[in-house]
Amino acid sequence: MPIAEKDVHWIPEPKIGLADKLYLPAILQGVQTTMRHFFGPKITQEYPEVRPILPPNYRGVHRLNRDEQGRVKCVACYMCSTACPAHCIDIVAAPAPWPDREKYPETFVIDELRCIYCGMCEQACPCDAIELTSVFELTGTSREEMMFDKEKLLSLFDKTVQGGKDPVRTRSGTLSIASEPPP
Amino acid sequence: MDGTALLYTGITILVIVGFLQSMAGLQIWLERKISASLQDRKGPNRVGPFGLIQPVADGLKFIFKEEMLPAHADKLLYLLAPCIAMATATLAFAVVPFGDTNMPSVGQEHAYQFVIAPKVDIGIVFVFAVSSITVYAIILSGWSSNNKYSFIGGLRSSAQIVSYEIPMGMSILGVVVLSGSLNLERIIERQVHPEHSAWWLWNVVQQPLAFLIFLVSAFAECNRLPFDLPEAEQELVGGYHTEYSALKFGMFYLGEYTHMVTTSFLMAILFFGGWHFPLLAEPWSPWFLKVLVFALKMGAFIFLYMLIRWTIPRFRFDQLMGLAWKVLIPMAMVYLLCVMGVVELDKQLGWTASAWLLLPASAAILVGTAAIGLRMPQPPLKRTPLGDGRAAELNTV
Repeated sequence: MPIAEKDVHWIPEPKIGLADKLYLPAILQGVQTTMRHFFGPKITQEYPEVRPILPPNYRGVHRLNRDEQGRVKCVACYMCSTACPAHCIDIVAAPAPWPDREKYPETFVIDELRCIYCGMCEQACPCDAIELTSVFELTGTSREEMMFDKEKLLSLFDKTVQGGKDPVRTRSGTLSIASEPPP
Repeated sequence: MDGTALLYTGITILVIVGFLQSMAGLQIWLERKISASLQDRKGPNRVGPFGLIQPVADGLKFIFKEEMLPAHADKLLYLLAPCIAMATATLAFAVVPFGDTNMPSVGQEHAYQFVIAPKVDIGIVFVFAVSSITVYAIILSGWSSNNKYSFIGGLRSSAQIVSYEIPMGMSILGVVVLSGSLNLERIIERQVHPEHSAWWLWNVVQQPLAFLIFLVSAFAECNRLPFDLPEAEQELVGGYHTEYSALKFGMFYLGEYTHMVTTSFLMAILFFGGWHFPLLAEPWSPWFLKVLVFALKMGAFIFLYMLIRWTIPRFRFDQLMGLAWKVLIPMAMVYLLCVMGVVELDKQLGWTASAWLLLPASAAILVGTAAIGLRMPQPPLKRTPLGDGRAAELNTV
């Protein structure tokens, strides 16, 4: 589709005066700008010593939330692993030992190396059991180490929930309709 | 030459070679720090205090990297090129004074001269002759690498350096004619008043235009931005040193930074009175003050190099050549005529202050050049119609 001739606005070259043709005033102006930056404030954050200020919606490592009785909140509905575009969530469901829900996750493994930290699991979860935290320092010495299981994810909840940065976002403690307690 | 003088010279050579090498390291650090500062960053600050050991880390990296020798390269020339680059840059420093030297006019005679080869009467010619051999390093490396990017870099560089040699050489003629000597020590001496402190004897006061032309040419000679076309990264990968690795690449770097030190010293000597600074470093001051002032002047010019690098974008190649041949060379020629006129006035009329006429002459030449540039016919604006019309035009080309 060619651009129509009437949509094109020709901008004439600006007229150059004597001062511009001398070059020197323009160069001095440029030097002024560079000098301003030379003495200006620096934006570098010296990371290990200075902790970065993360935005509130920062998406770091996952955690599995607990309800107020300290049990895992997840009801093993597979919504997160279905929503996951990287297929990094692996859940094995089992009949729940508690009366308020039908299923609970026997194992819940997230491959943190495969994860793209898009936060779609968090959006998909009907009972706010999985959340992304502001923890971004994720290191390990092997691929196996980076497969975070249920205990690891729950311990991340214990570590981060008191920190103030990562409060449980909504409906803390109460399960949603997805838990479908047996009649 | 007696034994003491020989010993002094030997020690001076050792110190100077060490100084040039460590200056190259220091300049890499400075370059990175200043670049960072101008881009609102902090720059290297992890290795040693303020990152001062960073150049050592960089140098060690150069030494431990693998030496690549391309199979398709011309082996002899390929290995020769970095040697030329470094050797010529270092050799040019032989006649450059870096501190106090004998001043016969004041009646001062020192045992020690702050220059490797004192009393070289062709001083400035020697510096120019040796440092222009650097272009061979660039051409040879570009040719012998057998790589099109290297080759284009070498071609550009040869054209650029040969072109800018001319205005550079012509700009200093004014200084040389008025000093009546090519000897760098003598040129400094002329700018220093023997009895009382006088800043107005510095050549830059009378001849700002010569300094300007010399500065621009020196930027081009050192392949610094805005004239760094031989190694324009965005267009030519690495330019003439694309195929070089490890220590050979490091030698090119060393040569380049040494060249910057030499030209900075030359600018200080030719236009800013060398070691002289009013009230601080006068002929009767102790030697270390003179060396310090000299070093600070050099440092200021190196800072200017780095400041300009982040201020002006790179020139297009035709603009670069246009600047040399259409602007700087005619300006330098007219300026040279003015200098000759001034010398004639001095001779015929005995008008000793006639050199001051060069100041208004400089301003007149600069403004006149700009005015002529304004009156030059501009290339017509080409407005290619879009759509089918554009396609038709492209086909006809």
